[in-house]
Amino acid sequence: MNSERVAAIVGVAESGLGKASGKNVLQLQAQAAKAALDDAGLTKDDVDALFTAGNWAWAPTLMLAEYLGINPKYTDSTNIGGSSFEAHVGHAAAGIKAGLFNVALITYGSTNRTNPINVSYSNPLTGQYERPFGLPGTVGSYALAAQRHMYEYGTTSEQLAEIAVATRKWASLNEKAYKREPIEISDVLNSRLIAEPLHLLDCCLVTDGGGAVIVASKEVASNLKKSPVWILGHGESQSHHTISNMPDLTVTSARESGAAAFEMAGVTHDEIDVAEIYDSFTITVLLTLESLGFCKPGEGGAFVSGQRTAPGGAFPMNTNGGGLSYCHPGMYGIFLLIEGVRQLRNECGERQVKDAEIALVHGTGGVLSSTSTVILGRD
Amino acid sequence: MVQKIQDTIDEESRPFWDGLKKNELMIQQCDDCAKHIFYPRSICPHCFSDNISWKQSNGRGAIYSYTTIHQAFGPFKDDVPFVAALVDLDEGVRMLTRIVGEREQIAINKRVKVTFHQLKDDLVLPYFELE
Ligand SMILES: [Zn+2]
Repeated sequence: MNSERVAAIVGVAESGLGKASGKNVLQLQAQAAKAALDDAGLTKDDVDALFTAGNWAWAPTLMLAEYLGINPKYTDSTNIGGSSFEAHVGHAAAGIKAGLFNVALITYGSTNRTNPINVSYSNPLTGQYERPFGLPGTVGSYALAAQRHMYEYGTTSEQLAEIAVATRKWASLNEKAYKREPIEISDVLNSRLIAEPLHLLDCCLVTDGGGAVIVASKEVASNLKKSPVWILGHGESQSHHTISNMPDLTVTSARESGAAAFEMAGVTHDEIDVAEIYDSFTITVLLTLESLGFCKPGEGGAFVSGQRTAPGGAFPMNTNGGGLSYCHPGMYGIFLLIEGVRQLRNECGERQVKDAEIALVHGTGGVLSSTSTVILGRD
Repeated sequence: MVQKIQDTIDEESRPFWDGLKKNELMIQQCDDCAKHIFYPRSICPHCFSDNISWKQSNGRGAIYSYTTIHQAFGPFKDDVPFVAALVDLDEGVRMLTRIVGEREQIAINKRVKVTFHQLKDDLVLPYFELE
């Protein structure tokens, strides 16, 4: 790795996960923010930049800053779905490099399971050309991508199931995971079809949960109680908003965001020790691995076969149990960062990837619409 | 939901929805770069020209991908199972739609043609069926 050390992640924490029993999204974010600042050894008065993404307020950073009692001089509420928080990390590093602030607090909170925000069936603007056909937007779009990948490359449901099974094995090692009982490939294939070819166990959980990540300048990061996890590279891209405008349903903009992150970090694919890759659906992971260049187009099925991504496998991935088994409150990206940092700090106990020095964290948002890739490294 | 579609119709989208009522699938074409455009826009996403014309599609194309939906939400809950698809029209634009007819016969790359589905008195949707 040869990138300049400008900013680091210095604190991470989750709020309560799973079913947050009556807590609202501000409570969850406050809980996570307090724990992440404690983890870093910083206080709320050290925070001079605030980042969040959510549809729970018309101006989320305004509401959240007031609630937390902080007065940031820089805010960013970029919302590109599940990849928002990887984007926030990149934006925070850029802001620090520009000398605009020193300590950024990034938070997320959702009560998607116990108190979901009512889904509207209105058809705003470009939505009017898709919504009336009744496609359940997210799972339906990913199913279209899976079907096309199967058509082009002969990818099978068994290969997709390999991802769900391996991810569950990691979840069984994480006491915070929502689903921990082991599953077999046949369990995935026998679970009910939601949108063909995707089965229930190809789909992420629906849980509550919040998280927080603290990004600090090199000067601040070098004097804290835990060792910094450096932001080595970042890339961000998007290819479409509506699924009918995705140019090729087998290729995501991870191709661009990944290439940018690798270039900035100055690392190669075989230097990645652990990967945290957004798993809204099994197909999300398979497409992302190909688009990031860990394997060639069409080879994703073979790449994940034989439990290569499971504990003990050649390619440790989604080591907290992922959106498929650990938690998925809607915009999961912040949890990928939290786990990537914990792995590099050697804090993961039973599920620790031995000697992990470099982690790749990759968020995907919308209907394969946006991607953001972060490469992290320890000293 | 159905009522809400009407609420969304505006100057930009009205020719599309009005065309469907006359069983015409209306798309756009750029007068400068000649590429076809869907969904309707006031500016060409290819060359940024604002010289855009409406034209009637021949309503034929091929299935790019499809999925049989077994769990749907809201007003579509009782429609399952149904087939949603992306169809590439011969003019070179892609649209989300439904494929009606024998589900077992549906496959990627098969030829399809538009069929107009009267959802409500004043609302027609462009579905497709195998040719
Ligand atoms: Zn043009």
